[in-house]
Amino acid sequence: MKLSYYPGCSLEGTASDYAASIAGVAELLGLTLAELPDWNCCGASAAHSLDEQAARALPLRNLRLAQRIGLDVVAPCALCFNRLKAGAKALAARGEAVTLRVWDLLDLLTQPAFLRLITHRLVRPLTGLQAVCYYGCLVNRPPAITDAASPENPGNMEKLLAVLGATPLDWSFKTDCCGAGLAVARPDLIDRLVRRLYDRALRAGAECLVVSCQMCQANLDLPQARISRQAGQAYDLPILYFTELIALALGHPEVPQWLARHLVDPRPLLTAKGLL
Amino acid sequence: MPPSDFTEDLAAALATAGLAVDACYQCRKCSNGCPLVFAMDLPPDQVIRLALAGREADLLGCRTIWVCSSCETCTTRCPNGIDIAGVMDWLKEQAVARGLAVPEPEVRDFHRAFLSAVKWGGGRLSEPLVMALYALKGGRWLKKLRRSAAAGEVATALELLRRRRLRLAPPKRLTGAGEVAAILRRW
Repeated sequence: MKLSYYPGCSLEGTASDYAASIAGVAELLGLTLAELPDWNCCGASAAHSLDEQAARALPLRNLRLAQRIGLDVVAPCALCFNRLKAGAKALAARGEAVTLRVWDLLDLLTQPAFLRLITHRLVRPLTGLQAVCYYGCLVNRPPAITDAASPENPGNMEKLLAVLGATPLDWSFKTDCCGAGLAVARPDLIDRLVRRLYDRALRAGAECLVVSCQMCQANLDLPQARISRQAGQAYDLPILYFTELIALALGHPEVPQWLARHLVDPRPLLTAKGLL
Repeated sequence: MPPSDFTEDLAAALATAGLAVDACYQCRKCSNGCPLVFAMDLPPDQVIRLALAGREADLLGCRTIWVCSSCETCTTRCPNGIDIAGVMDWLKEQAVARGLAVPEPEVRDFHRAFLSAVKWGGGRLSEPLVMALYALKGGRWLKKLRRSAAAGEVATALELLRRRRLRLAPPKRLTGAGEVAAILRRW
């Protein structure tokens, strides 16, 4: 299977660990991700906050590049995915033919065919790993853009974790906001939102959170030491990408190197579980 | 007499932008689900109410629109299909386009720095560049250094650098860098 791949800017920088795990999983599953040549930034929150025209035009350029190639396009970043989908909707509303589908990476890899393939290739079931799935906002909301069937209570990541042999726990905060792009300008707001996510995850019995968005990962992973200091409580909650868990369960040899790039080191937990 | 900042055209301008607000019946579902309402001066339902009342100046100067994280919960849940998060964006854009003072200049300046970084960086975002542009804006970095408030940020940056997650080399300059710069010409 071959798709156009729109990595987005973060995956060339702070989310290079996510990028590496995606390449690893694609290789394991025989998925060819052909990076969209000359793709540009989608404009993210900055564009839709200050410049609606740019917020429309930036993803449209990417969509046109993808349309020229003709393959479906997959985005691993929630905001990139959301902007590409919005672009596709805008084109369709103008009566232009949109011949390709825009995929969110988690949605793609939890299609039945991939779940079957993962089941077949499983070499190290993640037995005993208690996790909550954290989807964040923009892969699901607003459904008019994302076409999400169940935006308030998505379940595809839980389904994946169950296939991987882990124990996905139920909780009510799986689509609550982490504060997203406010991280730099108003870190105090992030701290409050994220601390509540930690507390709720712990109350659900989780040992880690699993994410499909590098912005969520950054906001939950990077400030954990700061939030712990402020709270007077040592949080130690690894924030794992779902792709890292697929690769781990399928026996990819490079998983420890990806995990070493997190600020909250997931290796002690996974070692204690006999998974590393 | 209506207050002096009353603008009859506000709801009409929003409707023209595809953001009609006149179906609001004040159920407050938006405000009850908003994760950031604690940091707002107007809950989202009041933003919509004031838009209907034409209270443009109140809205363009409020804190709410800047601490909204665009999580889209309000837009998703509105029983009347009002794009509340879209209204927040429209108000932010108007406030900046008209050069008005805003109560959260940090948020505004970060967005500006982001768009400038994409424009000057050749079409993709360089994370160190956006941080540098943001820090330089209004001498923010210098002020922080004086209060030694920057220590945490520097520590995080060093941690990322140590883990090879901070890419200091500029991103690839796109063949279409000129197209992207034209789209972002205002920044």
